[in-house]
Amino acid sequence: MGSSNYQPTNKAVKWFEDRLPILGLMHSTLGAGYLAPRNLNYWWNFGSLAGFMLVVQIITGVILVMHYTPHVDMAFRAVEHIMRDVNYGWLIRYTHSNGASMFFVVVYIHILRGMYFGSYKSPREVLWFLGLVIYLLMMATGFMGYVLPWGQMSFWGATVITNLFGAFDFYEGMGESILHLLWGGFAVDNPTLQRFFSLHYLLPFVIVGVVILHIWALHLPGSNNPLGIDAKGPGDKIPFHPYYTAKDLFGLSFFIVILAIFIFYMPNIMGHPDNYIEANPMVTPPHIVPEWYYLPFYTILKAVPDKLFGVIAMFASILIFFVLPWLDGSKVRSAKFRPTTAFFFWLFLINTLYLGYLGTKLPDEIMIDMAGGIDALTMGRISSIFYFAYFIVIVPLVSRMESTKPVPISIAQSVLDANKKG
Amino acid sequence: MTTKDQVEHEEGVTRRNFLYVATGAVGAVGAASVVWPLVDQMNPSADVLALASVEVDLTAIPEGQTLKILWRGKPIFIRHRTAAEIKTAVADNGATDLIDPEDDQARAERPEWLIMVGVCTHLGCVPLDQRGDFNAWFCPCHGSHYDISGRIRKGPAPRNLEVPKYAFLNDTTVKIG
Repeated sequence: MGSSNYQPTNKAVKWFEDRLPILGLMHSTLGAGYLAPRNLNYWWNFGSLAGFMLVVQIITGVILVMHYTPHVDMAFRAVEHIMRDVNYGWLIRYTHSNGASMFFVVVYIHILRGMYFGSYKSPREVLWFLGLVIYLLMMATGFMGYVLPWGQMSFWGATVITNLFGAFDFYEGMGESILHLLWGGFAVDNPTLQRFFSLHYLLPFVIVGVVILHIWALHLPGSNNPLGIDAKGPGDKIPFHPYYTAKDLFGLSFFIVILAIFIFYMPNIMGHPDNYIEANPMVTPPHIVPEWYYLPFYTILKAVPDKLFGVIAMFASILIFFVLPWLDGSKVRSAKFRPTTAFFFWLFLINTLYLGYLGTKLPDEIMIDMAGGIDALTMGRISSIFYFAYFIVIVPLVSRMESTKPVPISIAQSVLDANKKG
Repeated sequence: MTTKDQVEHEEGVTRRNFLYVATGAVGAVGAASVVWPLVDQMNPSADVLALASVEVDLTAIPEGQTLKILWRGKPIFIRHRTAAEIKTAVADNGATDLIDPEDDQARAERPEWLIMVGVCTHLGCVPLDQRGDFNAWFCPCHGSHYDISGRIRKGPAPRNLEVPKYAFLNDTTVKIG
């Protein structure tokens, strides 16, 4: 965002630009005026894919609201009305529900790309923070959106998640007061549904605001790149438009195919069948599972035997990402030149996926059939310990002790060398 | 020749300092008084608070059965306990695995009628009847086991199942709330 060298040739455009330099802002942010490292690979596509999904969610969401009623007596029926009666209602709703999942997929890859290539390291710490804030807002928005259809999983998911805040019971009745404040009653009920609806509509626009800050913070140091070295001379950079706009659109076309496969061929695979049963406060489903994107954190919650510490561990498992820039003491950003770091990164990824898998299991389900059977709870505890050990022990030690491979002098040099070899 | 302000200045605190702090304090109180209604509107509204109490006819509940009713949006368990169950509950008063120790006599005004809020004190699920290690209540969400007095014995829940305020109007009717 900064100064712009945008020079409109059309007189009318110039007249407008002199009075509101917004075209110059666009030019220097997402146009030819923004110089990006020339070696960005397809992992750098996921930022713009996330932006695309945010727009899709807002458009489909605004439309769904036109047909939905946020009331416990009508919400469930309103969703069925959208599915059966509204023209293309099924398409819009399935796009919104699967879009939420795909938004998380894209953002998770975006975060993991940042972890692998060291995009969180100086001078991009605030950029990293803003990304994490967006992620936290997405989690809150996704959770509240899942409550709106008022099915069994909506209701009981809302009950379990809001009850987490009851763990902050530092004096007699404090936990209960917090819960009554959150619910607007003595249990999850109509007031809860209405406030979740209000916030579910609001938060995406807050996300848009933070995304603008995120892009602003990105454009001061510029994009990181697979080599993790600073882009210096003009030989290191190419204009965002047309090079990366074209590359991003090409990637987007593939992404839309995948999104369409989910919407048209398996629209309910991410959901839970119990959410097609209307909410019933008298019956808890035999097995409450959150949406897949919360599962690793849900396992961490279940792994801790104490309620308060379970909740603290769950929040800590996300908040710990904020200190990652300081836990990592390496002078080299990209894991390309840090083989030990790369090894543990993949181990961390596998472990986190396994934590997610365990989230779908009952605590006493046998996971490994040896030594009398090791249950999901025990495995969840081991995996949770590794999760935290990665941040608290492995990253600080490995990043400071590892001998890194030689880093290229410049992006341009590295590209030329690669061309020679090829 | 010194002015009043200069004299005060030498003492370290000026009228200006005082006015600055006083204005700030009044402003802060004003802001807080505006914020409070915006927060308090989230608390249960008058109609929610005014929810009537429920009266339950106990004659319909045979011994060894639990009746579930809805009160203030939450399930209430009313268990007609058998003599054997009461004996177990009282005998377990001194059990070492009680996480939230409480005597059975304190939880049931009349031992044959155990009346509790059917909401797990862990994260609010409804525990299932006649399940778990104590063949009493078991919460399927995260595996909390309650005994026949509704006391937490095993699992992540921190407290016993809550006993609501209730009163026996006569031998066959109880008023909850």
